[in-house]
Amino acid sequence: MTEQSPVDLDRAEKLQGLGCRRKRVEDARFTQGKGNYVDDMKLKGMLFGDFVRSPYAHARVKSIDAEAAKALPGVVAVLTADDLRPLNLHWMPTLAGDKQMVLADGKVLYQGQEVAFVIAENRYIAADAVDLVEVEYEALPVVTDPFKALADDAPVLREDIADQKEGAHGPRRHPNHIFTWEQGDKAATEAVLAGAEVVAEEMIYYHRTHPCPLETCGCVASMDKVNGKLTLWGTFQAPHAVRTVASLISGIAEHNIRVVSPDIGGGFGNKVGVYPGYICAVVASIVTGVPVKWVEDRMDNLMTTAFARDYWMQGKIAATKDGRITGLWCHVTADHGGFDACADPTKFPAGFFNICTGSYDIPTAWLAVDGVYTNKAPGGVAYRCSFRVTEASYFIERMVDILAIKLGMDPVELRLKNFIRKDQFPYQSALGWEYDSGDYHTAMEKALAAVDYAGLRREQAERLDAFKRGETRKLIGIGVSFFTEIVGAGPVKNCDILGLGMFDSCEIRIHPTGSAIARLGTISQGQGHATTFAQILASEIGIPADAITVEEGDTDTAPYGLGTYGSRSTPVAGAATAMAGRKIRAKAQMIAAYLLEVHDDDIEWDIDRFVVKGAPERFKTMTEIAFAAYNQAIPGLEPGLEAVSYYDPPNMTYPFGAYVCVMEIDVDTGETEIRRFYALDDCGTRINPMIIEGQVHGGLTEALAIAMGQEIAYDENGNVMTATLMDFFMPTAVETPTWETDHTVTPSPHHPIGAKGVGESPNVGGVSAFSNAVNDAFRPFGLTHAQMPHDHWRIWRTAQQLGLHG
Amino acid sequence: MDKLHVKLQVNGKPVEALVEPRLLLIHFLREELGLTGPHIGCETSHCGACTVDIGGRSVKSCTVFTAQANGAEITTIEGIEGADGGLHALQEMFREHHGLQCGFCTPGMITRAWRLLEENPDPSEAEIRQGMAGNLCRCTGYQNIVKAIRAAADARQAQQEAAE
Amino acid sequence: MIPGNFAYHRPADVAAAARLLQEHGDEAQLLAGGHSLIPMMKLRMAQPSHLIDLQDIAGLKGISRDGARLVIGAMTTQHELIGDALVAAAVPLLREAALQIADPQVRYVGTIGGNVANGDPGNDMPGVMQCLDASFELTGPGGTREVAARAFYEAAFTTARAEDEILTRIIVPIPKPGSGYAYLKQKRKIGDYATAAAAVLLAVESGRCTSAAIAMTNLAATPVFTEAAGAALVGTTLDEAAVGAAVAAMLAAIDPATDNRGPVEFKKHVAGLMLRRAIAEAAGRAGRGTA
Repeated sequence: MTEQSPVDLDRAEKLQGLGCRRKRVEDARFTQGKGNYVDDMKLKGMLFGDFVRSPYAHARVKSIDAEAAKALPGVVAVLTADDLRPLNLHWMPTLAGDKQMVLADGKVLYQGQEVAFVIAENRYIAADAVDLVEVEYEALPVVTDPFKALADDAPVLREDIADQKEGAHGPRRHPNHIFTWEQGDKAATEAVLAGAEVVAEEMIYYHRTHPCPLETCGCVASMDKVNGKLTLWGTFQAPHAVRTVASLISGIAEHNIRVVSPDIGGGFGNKVGVYPGYICAVVASIVTGVPVKWVEDRMDNLMTTAFARDYWMQGKIAATKDGRITGLWCHVTADHGGFDACADPTKFPAGFFNICTGSYDIPTAWLAVDGVYTNKAPGGVAYRCSFRVTEASYFIERMVDILAIKLGMDPVELRLKNFIRKDQFPYQSALGWEYDSGDYHTAMEKALAAVDYAGLRREQAERLDAFKRGETRKLIGIGVSFFTEIVGAGPVKNCDILGLGMFDSCEIRIHPTGSAIARLGTISQGQGHATTFAQILASEIGIPADAITVEEGDTDTAPYGLGTYGSRSTPVAGAATAMAGRKIRAKAQMIAAYLLEVHDDDIEWDIDRFVVKGAPERFKTMTEIAFAAYNQAIPGLEPGLEAVSYYDPPNMTYPFGAYVCVMEIDVDTGETEIRRFYALDDCGTRINPMIIEGQVHGGLTEALAIAMGQEIAYDENGNVMTATLMDFFMPTAVETPTWETDHTVTPSPHHPIGAKGVGESPNVGGVSAFSNAVNDAFRPFGLTHAQMPHDHWRIWRTAQQLGLHG
Repeated sequence: MDKLHVKLQVNGKPVEALVEPRLLLIHFLREELGLTGPHIGCETSHCGACTVDIGGRSVKSCTVFTAQANGAEITTIEGIEGADGGLHALQEMFREHHGLQCGFCTPGMITRAWRLLEENPDPSEAEIRQGMAGNLCRCTGYQNIVKAIRAAADARQAQQEAAE
Repeated sequence: MIPGNFAYHRPADVAAAARLLQEHGDEAQLLAGGHSLIPMMKLRMAQPSHLIDLQDIAGLKGISRDGARLVIGAMTTQHELIGDALVAAAVPLLREAALQIADPQVRYVGTIGGNVANGDPGNDMPGVMQCLDASFELTGPGGTREVAARAFYEAAFTTARAEDEILTRIIVPIPKPGSGYAYLKQKRKIGDYATAAAAVLLAVESGRCTSAAIAMTNLAATPVFTEAAGAALVGTTLDEAAVGAAVAAMLAAIDPATDNRGPVEFKKHVAGLMLRRAIAEAAGRAGRGTA
């Protein structure tokens, strides 16, 4: 590459392309209160729907009397399962190959389950009517423990499929059993364990939590009976998939359905699924002939839509005495709640949990996951992670720390000894993945130097001595986590959702005056796609990012794509954007060659123009080329300058990172303080460092919440104990520390611009770092593993059990 | 239930309406007046997305009846602007320092920060964090919000010094 | 979360408010800042038919000194309390406690009267008022009476206030100059109720504690004023034995319940810690002229 002159640099800078800290184009609207979220919509004659919900976690529904509700002025209708049955909409398919009641059909399986749908003139009347619907329940025995759910005498939860021996993912061995998913070589792994010098074993629980975006889920359905078209605006992370699903289950032809995701107030996986509210709003609009809005309240949200995790992970890890890991064994009991509504690619009932060998070169491994029904809400979504990757990363990062204890080694030393080496990439893991690229040693060593790891350990030892002398009641915990993510689902050959391949798309139109519009199959929920995708394009086609409009979320205009979750936007739609840009450039090259009267091969691309090789004064800028595309008859070329790319990624991408958490722990109160948190992320090519850092800050804050207290808790009767933001832990600015960010850059070899995705890395890597810090603080007192969440009382209990309270 | 006749000032404009006594202020602003900047996040006065300014106080409008605000002066995000009628320093600095992502908490954040800076034009980082503790954000981790508010304080001071 | 309907009243004076209360009986509720009541109404756990908004009653506002007593109008907000110079100088314990209540927005609206009157065991001011030996002025059809904070709380959400009475003023004896004070509260995050909290007011002369008052928050169905705990400190040098005795007396008086903040055993443990730390803090402040 030749050195660029200052003039070139100026031209490049003006593009606001790849790698610059471009300010967000979204912000002018949002900072002035001019966003357009679903609940902001107000259509003529619009009605409002609200649910009657079950107070019981498990009960038979004996009768529903809606007469008093229907008699209330302003109430238009009350729907029950009996009303939906003739349309065959009283149940709906889930993304996981199961089916779910839209409205209670004879029984309820979790507290808050939808029993009836009230449609009224406004939300106040709807709420009054909900109170007037009388439902007679007969309580049934409740099971909230997945192990008890598999007992011989456990109550049968899903009577509708009690006799089915075969589910969507193979044999079922108990009426409450959903599937067993097995990966790796069981016999070989057990042989390694049997012959190992050292084996560490632990049950690791990743508790039930919830994505809880600040905006809850909702939609507005509008059936236009005159032209037969249904429009559905909603909080959809995958609008195109929603359109297809809506068509398949309603029977309305897909061209007659338009799905629009307007601005979305955070998703984090909560808005991937299809919920009864959407179905009921659509039916209600069809029944009433006017638009119907449904927006869940916060309690509905926490109690019913889209929990995450609830994985019981039994692990065994084998190693030589000097710390070379030789095998990994894992069995997961996965609590899926009353219906299997996990949002995973079809062939992966436990998502990509088989990334659980992590960043380590583990030659032999075996994994089995058993999915189980309980009397809890369905979901199992990827809360700011790619399909169970957070669980997998937490599992291996705890197991490595636990092994380090058994070996008497420093956890970092053990990691460095077992990392996949740079020269091993592309790396085939024992559980079936091909890691695209990585340089783990460099990242880890950079992190260690940045935090002065040795110095931290010395300080920790001094504090421990002081603690033992009775001079302080605070311990220091140092949590190190090194994660490898698997994101960007994914190759159509093995990744689909409800049969829809997980490609993504971008369509670009260049306008005659040299500005452009790009439309994608994804949808931003705060990630800043309108800003970053324009940057990718600016670098590809030489049009300033400020002159490129990015649009997403309207299925009538955007090309088909599978949406935004699992950090797939940059790896898949970002790739589609670059590829579509390259198609534009290829045509532009032909136009430029014609205009410059040279052969195509005699010109080369230079930032924003094609230049005749060896004659830099002869060039055509993209602006000139764009105009020519519309006003010149060029032999052999169609007019116009447009391109579309549907990108089927050849592989996933594998972002990674090294995180270090320094935590102060008061062993008496159980209170914790994050004194320092250093996050090094390698997400490949960096599109916009400002946005990357923002993603890391936010993801770490969510990870902090999860690790330190954010839990959906149930009592033994299946009552949700954490249904408001009083009890569901979300840190404020006061509890949240300042985050330090850093990076290395190891591009993905198969992605057109080398980018890997970053939005979920901090959640995946962060949770382990916090949890490892807590556990590390108590390591000198004999602690092997304390379960999350590490809230005050649980830390206190740990200290109590270790005899630290005298 | 009899409706109440309420008169109030919203963003400097007089507003009169007949409302049910139970109508929450957030619904009145959003649905009757079309001021959809303030949002509904938690409904139990924890998240602050619905924050508006009532008579010089930052208030969570999901936990106030419109009837209670009868006679009050209310400012929402739609009424916040700079001295020249353009963007307020807070609005500029939230953009400059990437103090927002999904944008849902942002109107409440800025409306709260606006009152904070009116009361304390030169807050420390700790004072900003304490002063913003009634507003939850799920996206940013607060770091850039704190930075943006501090930068807005600096910008306001610079503006005032320039004016003097 | 939508409240049921009600008739709204905004009386201009206490007498009018009292008449409304009398007229509507247990169908009516008083509305101060509303940040406890309105969420309960939105959950439909409270469904009053009449709401009597006290905001227009000028007589319920303001903070003044009346000899050795601080008199606080019931509709004074936590924000006003925090910003009041008289409170800061005369009863800094009030300011310290108010700063730990909820968050800035809630403190702008939440009132001292509402906080002490609604009987929520999670509220901070009831325990603080018991510690300070404050009393509440109640105005009803029979006139006005004063009830000591220490005798006011009967059960969760049940107080000595009759249905037709309004809590109009809070009268706080101003602690002797040089008194030490502290309100120590452990909570999970801003906006949370206390896992356990301790209010301590004590006086020290020549190295010996001459008086001590101790009350605890959110550790029983009511705030817990424990005379025995205070008595355990009086006459001592606040040595370890005395503090231990005070903690033991306090633990005998509380009756916490398991909830999301932790099991009973943990709450007792934290209660002990908060009290120890509050006594130490108060002792350190005693004699420094901060009160």
